[in-house]
Amino acid sequence: MDIGLNQYLIVAAMLFTLGVLGIILNRKNIIVILMSIELILLSVNINLVAFSTFLGDLTGQIFSLLILTVAAAEAAIGLAVLVTYFRNRGSIAVEDINVMKG
Amino acid sequence: MSAAQVFFYLFSTVMIGSAFMVIAARNPVHSVLFLILAFVNAAGLFLILGAEFLAMLLVIVYVGAVAVLFLFVVMMLDVDFAELKQGFLQYLPVGSLIGAIVLIELVLVLSSWSASSASVGAAGAPTPSDVSNTLAIGRVLYTKYVYFFQAAGLVLLTAMIGAIVLTLRHKPDVKRQVIADQNERDKSDVKLQKVPSRAGV
Repeated sequence: MDIGLNQYLIVAAMLFTLGVLGIILNRKNIIVILMSIELILLSVNINLVAFSTFLGDLTGQIFSLLILTVAAAEAAIGLAVLVTYFRNRGSIAVEDINVMKG
Repeated sequence: MSAAQVFFYLFSTVMIGSAFMVIAARNPVHSVLFLILAFVNAAGLFLILGAEFLAMLLVIVYVGAVAVLFLFVVMMLDVDFAELKQGFLQYLPVGSLIGAIVLIELVLVLSSWSASSASVGAAGAPTPSDVSNTLAIGRVLYTKYVYFFQAAGLVLLTAMIGAIVLTLRHKPDVKRQVIADQNERDKSDVKLQKVPSRAGV
């Protein structure tokens, strides 16, 4: 079978589903939740690069570059919040993060 | 099967498998290592697609920076991870139901999708055939998308300042240099004292 756009889109869809599944299953472990978000963003990147290649448009790769930037910033901020939270509470359990009662 | 097909199936199989292990591994350190494996295989997929610059960027940024950041935090925090793993089986039935539905719907839509022939000619930045991928990206990134590029820099600056502000800690019992106090002093504050030799103060 020839490798076309649809094969790449299906691989990205499988990766996206695994990311969503990781958020649902690991509800208590915020580190794995952050890693699942990284997986979801990676699947979006694969989609954009596949479209960029098969439609002959470089804009998709530029967008992928921006998503990479946002993902790195998100990981840095998320882990900084996690470290601060662990310093204050001594645990990283997600269900304890309701002290603000917002 | 051609080499491109073999490598496509190899990279995508290993990537999906390691992504599964990211969410299923008991030890978060193993999760981070599988995340690195998934990103390296995604970089391989990007290479097959002809996006060499993004493939190398993925290896540098994710494997070099983000994954090490994750490893650093996972190893620094002293957390009982077995306790955090509880509830995994509790959410498994509804989670796999939702996952299966999402996956089936996405595959049904994507396996028959194709681009309209009108969209092929409407490329915003058509890929040039005579230059390398990195040169082509540089030509549009610094001209047509220069504002996006600047916005990405601002996002990174915000993240850097935010991470520093969140984790910086001032200990109250540590003496610090206060430059305003130093500049404020004049000669009347300073007391000169004659210290006798070999006697101390």
